[in-house]
Amino acid sequence: MLALVSPALLVILLLIVVPVGWLAWQSIYHDGFTLEHYHRILTEDVYWRSFALTFEISLLVTVLALLLGYPVAYAANAVPRGWSVVILALVVLPFWTSVLVRAYAWLALLQRTGVINQFLRYLDVIGEPLALVHNTLGTVVATVHILLPFMVLPLYATMQKIPNDLMQAGASLGANPAQAFFRIFLPLSLPGVLAGCTMVFVLCLGFYITPELLGGGRTVMVSMLVSRNVELYNQFGAASAVAVVLLVSVLLIFVIVSRFVSLDRVLGQK
Amino acid sequence: MDKRAESVEIRSASKAYGSVRALDDVSLNVGAGEFVSLLGPSGSGKTTLLGILGGFIVPSSGSVHFGARDVTYVPPHKRDIGVVFQNYALFPHMSVGENVAFPLRARRLPKSKWPDRVRAALAMVDLAGYEERGVAQLSGGQRQRVALARAMIFEPRLILMDEPLSALDKQLRESMQIELRALHRRIGATIIYVTHDQREALTMSDRVAVMKDGRLIQIDEPARLHDHPADSFVASFIGEATLLPVRRVDACSVTLGNAVLRSARAIPAGDALMLAVHSEKLLIDGGAANVNNCLTGTVTDVVYQGESLRVFLALADGTALSLRQPSHHQAYSRIPPVGGSLTVTLHPEDTIVVPKADA
Repeated sequence: MLALVSPALLVILLLIVVPVGWLAWQSIYHDGFTLEHYHRILTEDVYWRSFALTFEISLLVTVLALLLGYPVAYAANAVPRGWSVVILALVVLPFWTSVLVRAYAWLALLQRTGVINQFLRYLDVIGEPLALVHNTLGTVVATVHILLPFMVLPLYATMQKIPNDLMQAGASLGANPAQAFFRIFLPLSLPGVLAGCTMVFVLCLGFYITPELLGGGRTVMVSMLVSRNVELYNQFGAASAVAVVLLVSVLLIFVIVSRFVSLDRVLGQK
Repeated sequence: MDKRAESVEIRSASKAYGSVRALDDVSLNVGAGEFVSLLGPSGSGKTTLLGILGGFIVPSSGSVHFGARDVTYVPPHKRDIGVVFQNYALFPHMSVGENVAFPLRARRLPKSKWPDRVRAALAMVDLAGYEERGVAQLSGGQRQRVALARAMIFEPRLILMDEPLSALDKQLRESMQIELRALHRRIGATIIYVTHDQREALTMSDRVAVMKDGRLIQIDEPARLHDHPADSFVASFIGEATLLPVRRVDACSVTLGNAVLRSARAIPAGDALMLAVHSEKLLIDGGAANVNNCLTGTVTDVVYQGESLRVFLALADGTALSLRQPSHHQAYSRIPPVGGSLTVTLHPEDTIVVPKADA
């Protein structure tokens, strides 16, 4: 048994345990044992603001993805099989395009001379171009778009498992369509809501490319702190410490969520 | 008319899915307070018919009436009928009490009136005090009772049941059948019950409607359905019958091989006739000089089935028959060992000749 799984364990050890361990080690050891990096994170305003902003944006992105994703998943679940394949394909299709390309596409749409501003000016709705990008708004718009499939797919999987006769039973017992939705369908889809929200929130916490490209340098998320510490200041220790704090936050979220819904559901369902 | 029950009328209802006719011109009248079963193999259209009654399926043509009301296009939540589903369809996120109270909530009945109603409904199905239980904690039989209580709490005048006992084991199913009968007498509502189990249908129903390929073949009281089947399909589906091709001699006799069988019933016209031999109706000839309606064959097997013995016979021309005898001492002494010869008689009253059904 051990002989069979040992190659897999070796891969996990080499590719996950060693690098993460090394990362953690780096954050506390630099010419001797030190907690200076963690001390800085806890005391310096820059870090606090960045962490707060990251959680704020992640929360906003999650709520928006839920509001947009729930109706899409609901529609995919409600229409006949052939159409649900079409809807899901439209949701998943952008997956095959690089995140970088999608971020630049949003830049092309949102910038001062972009498609949206040009169109609104052409219609004379606005005089001056709107600041749609190089700020938090641009970051949020693009991130919601990129992470939407991670909301729709777990929602759809959960909705698929709600037996149709429960809805028929509700109707036969006198519930009108709205009552049947709010009393039966919605509560039964909540595990999918929790799973999708966890996925989107956690992925968003570590998102790098869209805030870097569309945030215009003003929206500094935690992932950008990591890269700046390395690129600008050559501070691997500080970068590692930030990364470790982010990793621990994510693990904590999973621990809390797993108390309400099985983790298989969050991670396994597609 | 009983105020607690509603009559149901289906007028030439059809339902087509593409080129498939799931239901083909079915008309059915169910009296107020009647217990009618829809019986048929899978694909016979019985579930489609129930769906049309429940409002989940709109018929392609024809109409549905509850009492004097045309409900063909009325959505399910406005029909006021109780439906019990095959898999119970209890709401997994609600307790037993919440499940049973659901129809009251949907009807916006004041909350103060719920507990009494819920208690009464649960008592009706012998589940008093189960309000706080979770649905997952219940056994199959208990879930079935909760589903019943939930379908009855708003005192519907019509209750539809879709194979509600099919997931239960045999013993529980039989005791639930008797309970359902008693419950029906007590609440007085009209019940339309879908099943593929002929014994279940015969046990519980006032009348049974036999369906096949989307059409209604025969609707009759259980005893008439069993002993006066409309055709060979009904005869083969109800009871334990062997169907043998026979030739018509005159209005009251047919030939099976060389044997002449007289029937006390009128023999239907036509060439394609089948004799329906119910295994319990074949009597072992006690040696009396009865030359009429005798069949002699060789015993090929004797199967002991607890309360009865099933004896397989091969007639001289190879035709296979079976008969059933209660497993008492007299039967043992009359049945010869395998390979022995046995003469059986079929009373003219029990000689059932039916037209052959289309394949």
